[in-house]
Amino acid sequence: MTDAVASDLGADTRKPARFLYISAVVLLCAWVIVPIYFLLINTLSSPETVTSFPKPFIPEFDLGSLTFFAGFAGILTALKNSVVVAGLTMIMSIAIGAPAGYALSRFDFPGKGLFRLLILLTRAFPLPLLALPLAVLFIRTGLDDTAFGLALVHTTLAIPFAVLITFSLFSGIPIELEEAAWTLGCTRLTAFTKVVLPLILPGITASAIFAFVISWNEVFAAAVLTIENRTLTAFLLQNLDTSPLHLKFAGGFILVVPALIFIFAVRKYLFAMWGIANR
Amino acid sequence: MNAGILPYVLILPVTLFLCVFFLYPFVLVAQQAFSDGSNFTLENFREITSHWKFPISLKNTLLLAAAVVPVQLALALLMATMVTRMQKGRDIVLYIWTIPLGISDLAAGIIWLAIFDQSGFLNSMMSGMGLIDKPLNLLSYQNPGIVFLAIALAEIWRATAIMLVILVAGIGLIPKEYYEAAEVFGASPWKRFLRITLPLLRPSLQTALVLRVILAFEIFAVVAALGGTLFPVLMGETYSYQFDLLNNRAAAAMALIILAISIGFTLIILRVLRVPKGASI
Amino acid sequence: MAEIQIKNVAKSFGAYQALHDINLTIADQEFMVLLGASGCGKSTLLRIIAGLETATAGEVWIGGRRIDHLSPKDRGIAMVFQNYAVFPHLTVFENIGFGLRMQKLPNDEVTRRVERVATLMHIEQLLKRYSGELSGGQRQRVAVARALAMEPDVILMDEPLSNLDALLRMEMRAELKGVLAESKTTAIYVTHDQVEAMSMADRISVMHQGRIVQAASPIEVYRNPSAEFVASFIGNPPMNFLKATPAGDGKWSVAGQVMDGPRADRPHLQFAIRPEDIQPAEQGLTATAKVVEPLGAHLLVTCEVDGSLFRAVLDSDMVVRPGETLTLAPQADRVRWFDPETTKAVA
Repeated sequence: MTDAVASDLGADTRKPARFLYISAVVLLCAWVIVPIYFLLINTLSSPETVTSFPKPFIPEFDLGSLTFFAGFAGILTALKNSVVVAGLTMIMSIAIGAPAGYALSRFDFPGKGLFRLLILLTRAFPLPLLALPLAVLFIRTGLDDTAFGLALVHTTLAIPFAVLITFSLFSGIPIELEEAAWTLGCTRLTAFTKVVLPLILPGITASAIFAFVISWNEVFAAAVLTIENRTLTAFLLQNLDTSPLHLKFAGGFILVVPALIFIFAVRKYLFAMWGIANR
Repeated sequence: MNAGILPYVLILPVTLFLCVFFLYPFVLVAQQAFSDGSNFTLENFREITSHWKFPISLKNTLLLAAAVVPVQLALALLMATMVTRMQKGRDIVLYIWTIPLGISDLAAGIIWLAIFDQSGFLNSMMSGMGLIDKPLNLLSYQNPGIVFLAIALAEIWRATAIMLVILVAGIGLIPKEYYEAAEVFGASPWKRFLRITLPLLRPSLQTALVLRVILAFEIFAVVAALGGTLFPVLMGETYSYQFDLLNNRAAAAMALIILAISIGFTLIILRVLRVPKGASI
Repeated sequence: MAEIQIKNVAKSFGAYQALHDINLTIADQEFMVLLGASGCGKSTLLRIIAGLETATAGEVWIGGRRIDHLSPKDRGIAMVFQNYAVFPHLTVFENIGFGLRMQKLPNDEVTRRVERVATLMHIEQLLKRYSGELSGGQRQRVAVARALAMEPDVILMDEPLSNLDALLRMEMRAELKGVLAESKTTAIYVTHDQVEAMSMADRISVMHQGRIVQAASPIEVYRNPSAEFVASFIGNPPMNFLKATPAGDGKWSVAGQVMDGPRADRPHLQFAIRPEDIQPAEQGLTATAKVVEPLGAHLLVTCEVDGSLFRAVLDSDMVVRPGETLTLAPQADRVRWFDPETTKAVA
């Protein structure tokens, strides 16, 4: 009952509840941001400060840690590998996933239920474990320790999302628009390129970015499948025991930055994508 | 093109891809797990389950999931309801709350390392408040409770966002009229949450929980960053069988065990939260 | 010349038979309305003509050319959709010119034709806008202009006015009729609104459960419905029906009254009369008034005759109280008879 009173009565009685509400929101925002801020301080401190005690709560804007990170043997290659693998994953998952998303949204066909089940099934499995048998298979086929081989595994991770997200995106385009294009002289293909594609492009970009992030962040399969051509996550994981603190923090920071930007870029689609994709 | 075969042409790439990189590997992993190179055997399972670390890592994994997932669910529900009532600043708050969605588990582990490390911010704060006079080594074998806490906090911090997104999307699908009707009939906000939001949110709760619980059993990099060998978990053991011990049959057997636990929990969640036919929105 | 011939067209969705053996010829420049309740198959038939749906059996011919195997773009048709389907990423100009650009017409020709139809539809000041900046009525005009710009042999319209409010619908109805008559295209127009059908059509095809029940001019459909369904579907309030039993020699007994009727050897018939073809008189059917609704132009009285519901539209000056007994006489030449077994009209 106290809740009802809080929100239903006049402004005076509502004030404490409102204050409580706002402080809870602020607190939860701080809960997310402050740890990232701590990482930022460490990254922008000299290696000496990172290991010193007590810590300053304001960054000293020393690029020592980052310079050390950039100079550390193999790290730039790892960074490059991460970008390449994530880029390949992004391209493959959209190129392979989007047609299926389109088919699911536009056609009723025998086997559709089974196909959806296959897609949803992948979500009920811990997919990174696939890297174990594939490691053996890849050695046989020469794909071991290559960016492409790892991208194949990451694509498996990203494809269910790509299919379901593009499915919901295509479902948001009324089929009448396509039909109108057909009656106005388009083939199926030109109707797609002239009408559907321009409308869907921002959403496709968002789901491509999402696939990029999935690959960029993945640790287990990357660590299992690469040895010489490590991605950044695999590199950091491998050197956790041995590398100095400031290297870990700088590496963690480099991992976080694109995530921040990407989530910002796709924020508009995040909820729409999940809303329908779950049905 | 013939409209009859077009949909099959369109789903063919995904189907082929998943057959080769999803279904086939599962056959392979089962083969590896149940063979000693040529014959059928349970030896791999016997080997890993009899290892002294197995019960501990199983217990740790389950305990962590049991501690983390309920907190995440409650937190995500709270945040989702707070956000739906928000008039100003909804976008920016949602953006902030979903930031961890893009952060890898390894990075999350490193972030919380910055806090719990011996020269970290927690020690600095405590010394600033005069609670301690020299930094404590919090993440050591002497403080298993704190190691557990650090890992749990990092997990809650990192992976609540995925549930939040699913729940916010789910709440968005519930028509406002239901709430207005309930309000007219005299339901308090708490009752409305209990009687309308929760039941109608069941499909989203299902998805959120399945996804989250499976990810909880896959926990690996956060632990590696914060606990290292102090806190063995199933996925970490799998990794070390594959890499440090170069025993990929044992690793495959571990993988099957994780898989079995995941499927078991998925089925339980689907069963408990099943939506009666025709009762969805 | 764009005469449309639909020959033995049938369509089933799995076990569900949406259209049964449809045969229909639509003359060049004719305005044909397909009228029926939702689910009667009218939209399916239109979509089969457009090529958006494939018939299970049968043929479609336009202007002496068989087109049912062609894709929509090769059929010489243009279509106006219920939700307008105005492309949101293109300006009004590019929407109207979309089909012309697909035909790779030169720029000045596209501009000329777009401007002509835009003027015709009174949207010349909107050409630079996007769909999101238009009202429903304006979008509707863009959709029609886009179809007209194609200068098609046949224009197909699927409930084009159903999303507009009542006043706008009436305005668009008249305007659309004028524009189409001027453009000299053959038109097929799907609607569930009988007022729209009556006011616009040269001919109406009344559809029911996947069949065309009657295809005739509006007044013919109204005055001489060929089946009970048409009689009860067209007209508001609907036609009254009473059970008639034979009284010998072409006479039938209706609610105790003996009337002239068809010479048919049936155990009974349905007597039918429109509510507005009934007058109070000295002699006639005995009716008990139940509900009296003054509608301004006239008075709608719902009564009971011989245990059945019976409506009469009377002069608005009359005073009728509920419970009052009236004597109502049907206008003899407006009485229609139906065979209850076949539901067809009996002459």
